Amino acid sequence: MKTEVKIITKNLILTGVGGQGNVLASRTLAGMLVEAGYVVTIGETFGMSQRGGSVMSHLRISPNEVKSPQIPYGQADVIVGLEPLEALRVLTIYGNPQICVLSNSRPVYPIGVITGELPYPPPEMIEAAFGRLCERYWMIDATAAALRFGNPVFSNIIMIGALAQTGLLPFDRRMFEREIRKTLPRDKCVVNLMAFDAGVSMIK
Amino acid sequence: MTKLLSPANENVLFLGNEAIARGALEAGLAVASGYPGTPSSEVIEALASVARKRNLYVEWSVNEKVALEVAAAASFAELRSMAVMKQNGVNVASDFLLHLTASGTRGGLVLVSCEDPGALSSVNEGESRYFARMLEMPLLEPADFQEAKDLTKWAFELSEQIGNVVMLRSVTRMSHASGNVICGKLPVRSRRAKFEYGGAVMDSQTGPMISTPVVAKHLLHQQRLKVIEELFERSSFNRYIGPAKPDLLILTSSACFLYAKEALEMLHLQKRVGILKLGTTWPLPPKLLKTHLQKTQQILIVEEVMPFLEEQVKVLASGMSPHVGRKTFFGKYDGALPSAGELNPDIVAGAIGAILKVKRKILSKSYLSEIKKATEMIPVREQTFCAGCPHRASFWNIHTAIALDGREGFVCGDIGCYSMAALSPATGYHTMPTLHSMGSGTGLACGFAKLSQFDFHKPVLTVCGDSTFYHAVIPALINAQHNRADITFIVLDNAGTAMTGFQPHPGLKVSALREAVPPVDIVSICQAIGVQVAVSDPFDLSATSKILTSFLAERGSVKALILRQACALSPEKKGKKPYTMQVNEELCLGDACGCNRLCTRIFRCPALTWNQSRKKAMVDEVICAGCGVCASICPQQAIVKYNGT
Repeated sequence: MKTEVKIITKNLILTGVGGQGNVLASRTLAGMLVEAGYVVTIGETFGMSQRGGSVMSHLRISPNEVKSPQIPYGQADVIVGLEPLEALRVLTIYGNPQICVLSNSRPVYPIGVITGELPYPPPEMIEAAFGRLCERYWMIDATAAALRFGNPVFSNIIMIGALAQTGLLPFDRRMFEREIRKTLPRDKCVVNLMAFDAGVSMIK
Repeated sequence: MTKLLSPANENVLFLGNEAIARGALEAGLAVASGYPGTPSSEVIEALASVARKRNLYVEWSVNEKVALEVAAAASFAELRSMAVMKQNGVNVASDFLLHLTASGTRGGLVLVSCEDPGALSSVNEGESRYFARMLEMPLLEPADFQEAKDLTKWAFELSEQIGNVVMLRSVTRMSHASGNVICGKLPVRSRRAKFEYGGAVMDSQTGPMISTPVVAKHLLHQQRLKVIEELFERSSFNRYIGPAKPDLLILTSSACFLYAKEALEMLHLQKRVGILKLGTTWPLPPKLLKTHLQKTQQILIVEEVMPFLEEQVKVLASGMSPHVGRKTFFGKYDGALPSAGELNPDIVAGAIGAILKVKRKILSKSYLSEIKKATEMIPVREQTFCAGCPHRASFWNIHTAIALDGREGFVCGDIGCYSMAALSPATGYHTMPTLHSMGSGTGLACGFAKLSQFDFHKPVLTVCGDSTFYHAVIPALINAQHNRADITFIVLDNAGTAMTGFQPHPGLKVSALREAVPPVDIVSICQAIGVQVAVSDPFDLSATSKILTSFLAERGSVKALILRQACALSPEKKGKKPYTMQVNEELCLGDACGCNRLCTRIFRCPALTWNQSRKKAMVDEVICAGCGVCASICPQQAIVKYNGT
């Protein structure tokens, strides 16, 4: 497995808003990569920080050593955003000209935006910023796709499927299936695989 | 199924807290107790999940002091036990801890403190390493996940060797980070409990478990500490990486070791700077320190949060100065590193770079200016109560009652998700100006209520959660009743220790081990104390406001209101919507309504948004939990609820 994709240390940040399934997505990704023989360090904060606030998981994928659970500023390789504003926020701290971003396009408005105190940047402005700050980026409406499965919470798995299709990380559908079979009951595996496939099909 | 019981030699991805739990299992743990608190909760949760298979007794105790007492009893009965808590919990447990370290222990007893530098999920960043020094308790700090497991296991052996408590300190970036761990063997047989107390008073194995004769026992403890110190001198958990004669020596422990290593990579200084990573941070091994101090003139101490290592190293170094010479120290005292908040690789790299005058490669000016432009359009994302959170409704009720009462009443806050009412004042409708430790809201309310003879007449309210009620509020409530404090005491009962992940508490019918247990009823306790009690559903705005308004009007006694509604994220509620909410656009008058956007601007539910183009309120179906409360706040009755989804 390790020889398929040459990898030094890959730094991935998964970000979103509390309740979007950030932690589950990062554990699933990490589980697959550990199985494939990598040394994976995940750094995350949860607890009070998840109550409607920004959440972020740092994944360090190394061939041989434990890394700091916090990625240094400007040194992420990949950002996966379950929410576009959060992807942009992380990009401004951890971005560099070689970075790739995969983001859900569906906004979750901060409370300041809801109350009318703050503006939420229009989608085309967020996309333009991605264009200027990233080597490559993908914006997909994972929430809309998830609602077709009956629950917006599937958007995290759709994003994992999309991430697999980008080829940015060394994992595939077979590894995903093996991983969720370990952690989920059988009936949940079927719909999660469907969500994964939906994500795959959204990356052209 | 459960990876916590993976066979020996298996390479498993563990959360730091799971690694601690696994270490305890490998050590032959019998009893574990704790009180939930971020970032510590997963240790007890993990152990509870395997309790039956491993013949463990695991409990969520009413508070941290009792948790430590439960663990100590097991230790006195020659079993290995562990008490787990967050940093504030060690303060709660400290009264017993002081006496426990004086009496000593028998079976290995490990106190796990998971701390929160930077207060990512806390209202303080206090640290408990100073307890180790104050109480002369060996202290271990893991620097990665493998060590989190291995050090925990070793902590039990050390505890038995010294006949006293050993403290293991973790931090959020260790407890809530995950990494690879190679599992060791799980022991086959468990010990039998036996408690002997008929022997001589100085016989620590058969005598009574007491601290007297105090001086003799204290001296004995200090002699045993010397043995521990010798073990620490040779421990492989203390190790040096770097050149034989570094330009700078970094002394560090815990997650800071990983930051320091990363910082050297960022600056390409691995050949010039050495790191002495310490896994045993009290007592510090002096000979080891001497060997490494001799290597260089410049020393940087990297740690979170207080200069705990720095102070000890400086004291030891001054005693060794005839042998090691004068040194230049960098750390918290000289400002090389910030004296508050958590560290990260960038901060550490900044400090090393400044000392050695090395610059880090940075991004191009044009890229940075694009980043600056992007940053300017990003609104902050403030924390707030979830959609469907009962606390929003409770504070709406409280605010309404205070406003109707008109005497500028205010709420003394407490610890839970509802702390957000103080941390982000608009979320609590500006009603809650104080927030301290668990249970202190009620104690403070008692005090405020007794200030009328000094012309302070504002109505005093206080809130606490259901778990907090049992943890530390009951004595304060008794104090209020006995001293006739005029307060309105409100329990925000959301049916579990919600903020930390729905751990059971004494009010529930189920234990940590998922066994049926007798619930202790909050209403009955209040009644037994003698206070007037009412119960209401916070989602029922009219009934709740009526009770609160009458409570505020009634002077001279304690009034208790129990507001019952389960947390929106609770397993029984999650994903289910009792109502489908919709805005009837014909009824919503938008900006023309006199309400001045009460629903979106003031109520602040993440699911109620303002449609900028249509200038009307709108329900976000993805976020809405269907609690139905917003239907009661719209003066136009334009927000409509339909049963079911």
